[in-house]
Amino acid sequence: MNEQAPILKAREVTKRFPGVLALDRVSFQLLPGEVHALVGENGAGKSTLIKVITGVYAPDEGRVLFGGEEVSFASPRDSQAAGISTIYQEINLIPMRSVAQNVFLGREPRTRFGLLDSERMNREAAEILGRYGIQADVTAPLHSLGLGTQQMVAVARAVSLDARVVIMDEPTSSLEAREVDTLFRVIRQLRDENVGVVYVSHQLDELYEICEKVTVLRDGKLVHSGDLAELSKLQLIATMLGRELAEVERRATGFGENREVGREPVLRVRGLTRRHVLDGVSFDVRPGEVVGLAGLLGAGRSETAKAIFGAQPLDSGEVQMAGKDVKTGSPPSAIKAGIAFLPEDRRSEGIIPGLSVRENIVAAAMPRLSRVGLVSEKAQNELVERFMERLGIKASSPDQPVGELSGGNQQKVMLARWLCLDPKVLILDEPTRGIDVGAKAEVQHLIDELAEGGLGVIMISSELEEVVEGSDRVVVLRNGSVAGTLSGDDISEENLMETLAEGGSSENGESAGE
Amino acid sequence: MSRATTGTRSLDTGTIVGWTRDNGVYVAFAVLVLFNAIFTTNFATTATLFNLLIQVAPVLIVSLGMALVIGTEGIDLSVGSVMAIASAIVPLYIGYGWPVAVLIALVVGTLAGALNGSLVAFVGMQPIIATLALFVGGRGLAQVLVGGQLQIISDPTFLALGQAEVLGIPLPVIIAGVLTLIVGFVVRRTTFGRYVLAIGGNRAASYLSGHPVRAVLVAVYAISAALATVAGVLATARLSAGDPSTIGILIELDAIAAVVVGGTPLSGGKVSVVGTVMGALVMAVITATFIMNDLPFTYAQILKAVIILLAVYIQRGRGSV
Amino acid sequence: MVANSAGTAAEAAGSEKAGRSERLFALLQRHGALAVLVLVLAVSAFAFERFLTFRNLENVVAQSSFLGLIAVGMTFVIVSKGIDLSVGSLLALGGVLAAFSVQVAGALALIVPVLACGAIGLLNGLLIAKAKMAPFIVTLAALLGVRGLVLAIAGERTIAISDAPLFTWFGRGEILRIDVPIFIMILAFAVGALILNRTSYGQAIFAIGSSEDAAQLMGVPVDRTKIIAYTVSGALAGLAGALLAARLSAGQPVVGAAWELDAIAAVVVGGTLLTGGYGTMSGSLVGVLLLGVLQNLINQIGTLSSYTQQMASGAFLIIVVTIQIYLTRKRNL
Repeated sequence: MNEQAPILKAREVTKRFPGVLALDRVSFQLLPGEVHALVGENGAGKSTLIKVITGVYAPDEGRVLFGGEEVSFASPRDSQAAGISTIYQEINLIPMRSVAQNVFLGREPRTRFGLLDSERMNREAAEILGRYGIQADVTAPLHSLGLGTQQMVAVARAVSLDARVVIMDEPTSSLEAREVDTLFRVIRQLRDENVGVVYVSHQLDELYEICEKVTVLRDGKLVHSGDLAELSKLQLIATMLGRELAEVERRATGFGENREVGREPVLRVRGLTRRHVLDGVSFDVRPGEVVGLAGLLGAGRSETAKAIFGAQPLDSGEVQMAGKDVKTGSPPSAIKAGIAFLPEDRRSEGIIPGLSVRENIVAAAMPRLSRVGLVSEKAQNELVERFMERLGIKASSPDQPVGELSGGNQQKVMLARWLCLDPKVLILDEPTRGIDVGAKAEVQHLIDELAEGGLGVIMISSELEEVVEGSDRVVVLRNGSVAGTLSGDDISEENLMETLAEGGSSENGESAGE
Repeated sequence: MSRATTGTRSLDTGTIVGWTRDNGVYVAFAVLVLFNAIFTTNFATTATLFNLLIQVAPVLIVSLGMALVIGTEGIDLSVGSVMAIASAIVPLYIGYGWPVAVLIALVVGTLAGALNGSLVAFVGMQPIIATLALFVGGRGLAQVLVGGQLQIISDPTFLALGQAEVLGIPLPVIIAGVLTLIVGFVVRRTTFGRYVLAIGGNRAASYLSGHPVRAVLVAVYAISAALATVAGVLATARLSAGDPSTIGILIELDAIAAVVVGGTPLSGGKVSVVGTVMGALVMAVITATFIMNDLPFTYAQILKAVIILLAVYIQRGRGSV
Repeated sequence: MVANSAGTAAEAAGSEKAGRSERLFALLQRHGALAVLVLVLAVSAFAFERFLTFRNLENVVAQSSFLGLIAVGMTFVIVSKGIDLSVGSLLALGGVLAAFSVQVAGALALIVPVLACGAIGLLNGLLIAKAKMAPFIVTLAALLGVRGLVLAIAGERTIAISDAPLFTWFGRGEILRIDVPIFIMILAFAVGALILNRTSYGQAIFAIGSSEDAAQLMGVPVDRTKIIAYTVSGALAGLAGALLAARLSAGQPVVGAAWELDAIAAVVVGGTLLTGGYGTMSGSLVGVLLLGVLQNLINQIGTLSSYTQQMASGAFLIIVVTIQIYLTRKRNL
């Protein structure tokens, strides 16, 4: 369709790290006005390729060409100045500064005397946001806005930098459906303006909606590049995994079928309240049941999970396990009562770097593995061996530093940490986020197994499909309180979205921050 | 990126730096000893070794506590002042018998450390600020206690603590050695040690794993101050006097240097007791080099500052995988 | 089945009250120091008859102007989430270098200290920004190393400055009955405020102090910004040392001990967050003046030994930082 010369080209790029070949002669090209999907499992090399293009890394071999000329950017600053903007999955803006200050950081408008012109800055920021249909007070600090709006500010900044290439790395993970529409509108506008867009995402539905071309990486190599329309979704997954199509079809779903649920609740949560965060959240979990906790960003899902586990301070509320009260605000008490919690961000709240796989797995089990304060090596090693095998954790040995494992294996280490405590209730916050398709299926399968074994599970996931498939019941949160509950046949994506959207004005999440 | 390729790993700069990070202190020690053996008169004698060990003992004891604190990603700048306070308290209460005096010093020191730890754990203050206050105020307090004057102590049993020998080895050295073994054991084999490493490695993860984070933080600062008190008591005994104007001066520098040079990173999560011992020895040899060659002590100070910077510089690549 | 919960009007009213108390805390944090200063001035005026005279007040401000210069640089550093522990030693170095230089040529006496101490600040900045070493360890090493350098250069003796009227004018002269150092301090604060609030560099400092990683990705020249901050901090400390030497007519190797603590306390009292990302020059000025008034009060009382003063310094810092942490937490920053 597009006969122009590529605006961005990577030619036979190779990048090595100690012990790892991250990119192996990868070539990639992007035409002006093209929306190009970049896909692959975690560890395939997508983010490394982007970092080479934007100047975070220098390639060991191969070249990067921008606008037909060879370039070697020394830092993200250089690539940004040259016309390549990047939007990241985490909102990489400054929360303490205002919206306008964020949009114009580094290129603030000046008065005649060379000093900052705040009035002009605020005015122009409001204009830019308005152009994309984003409503926000540009003088307010960024952190006072909902995460979705914050991400849109990031998009506005990237776009206003007169970029010729915009790279979007998992841009929709913080967005509601309405904001995703806005984002796609922006992307189409960019396409009309002949800007090239690289779109990296695990959300295959989105790719099919907005992208024309696709490049698939696997194990650092280029395995496919062409029109997206030529591949079915299953074919795409098969290419990403390197497996036969039939095998992928067989494994697809099966998540959440046929569960038997006990009668008496194992976990009772009543009236969890914390000013500005939670408002009277109550629900039950039965043995063998998977309760999905759904809600938009800012609804209070992670806060509810942490409150049950004792990691979130409460103004009032009760938690009962098997009929007995559990002391709130104390993780050790929750653990003792049989509650386990897998946090959303395993990098900042889960994995203890510098310690081995072994030490990470037993981290929560210390009181049980020690007598008189001494660690029993035998008990420890036995436990570690058992769970490494059960969960299929791939590591060179239990003593390998945990930071060297892949995302999927690290998540399994986290699961092992909690499963080795033999909990009665397991709270999972985004258990399959940021791990590749293969490991994701394994984790979902594991959740099924655990529920079958009588464990009560609370599952938080931003993927509606995952929540709908995997849950026996869904508790929907909005602004820190329970907006509704779906069970049995009522659980469907439409009903879920309806409950989420109902009566919703304050989607900016001002009072119930997450 | 985590699929490590199997097979041989070629020797690249990454490995060399990594090796230096972990073992550089042994090389440094060997080089220093060799240098002195050749160039410094009377270096390779038992008298020198004797003096060296005596100089090392208090520094090592303080460094052990500092290593635990640094393991939690903290820092304790108050150790010198705590030594001064100890050296002020002992002469004050020596009239009740030296065990009572030492006990009171230990209690006061531990409480001061617990105060530091509470500021860090409960108030959420940065360790450098929390301990900076005691660093400045503590020595003043000690001076007020002794009325600004050196206090001579003559109790022979007490003085023996600092001056006696067992089988030819000075008592302070033996005490330092025993404490080293204890701390090493704690770090490797106890749950407390595990908690220290976890808190330094990832405090949020440690909290979410049910670790008693605040209690452990208070404890490490209390331990650091307690060990500093022991060092202060021994230094006082050796000096035969309580002298807050000189005891413990600049020992923070030596302790931090010993820990850092020995391979324990400032970012926490790893504690090397053996490395700390080597680091303390390196610092002591540097001091000895200057004294024995009649060089001005201020140059030693500058050199130590440079060495700390060097050690931290080498260290900072750690954890970037 | 789908069930709905009732909305809460009570919550809306509650959040309005919460907004009011948050505004109160914000007010306290921003202007608390000023309120305390006014209070202390009022109390002192009643307690000491000689306090509220022009001579005494002018003297207090003049004595504070050296710490004031240091506080300007420290404000930049702390807002960028750093810390500079070397300023006290650099003050001493500045004074000693000034005393030596004035013997060679009067004009040099101001230039050499600024250049030399600025160079050391530059070194600090390079190690912190390029070698990615923690600011406190780098500047702690500098604190000790520079003090050693000062003692090595000057021994322990004071270096007298004689027969240098132009130079000493900078430390002791008067314009309209106000000491010259005061003017220099005011100028430094004014320029500092302008740069911090009205230039791209200032925006960069705030950005780095709040979220350095995000700032890096947004294209802010993080390294260069930090290096400049530490260089300026060092240079100002050197200038302060030279001016102090001019005032005392002597370069003293022992001055400046614990001045870094006072500078940090002044900046923090003034409302600048120790954790970075927020701060004002005006607040630091108030903090410096408050410290100066308190010192003057102590002198008026006359019976506190320097040891007690040290204890008071330590306690003061703890209290101030604790209050700041409490206020910050209340504001949910």
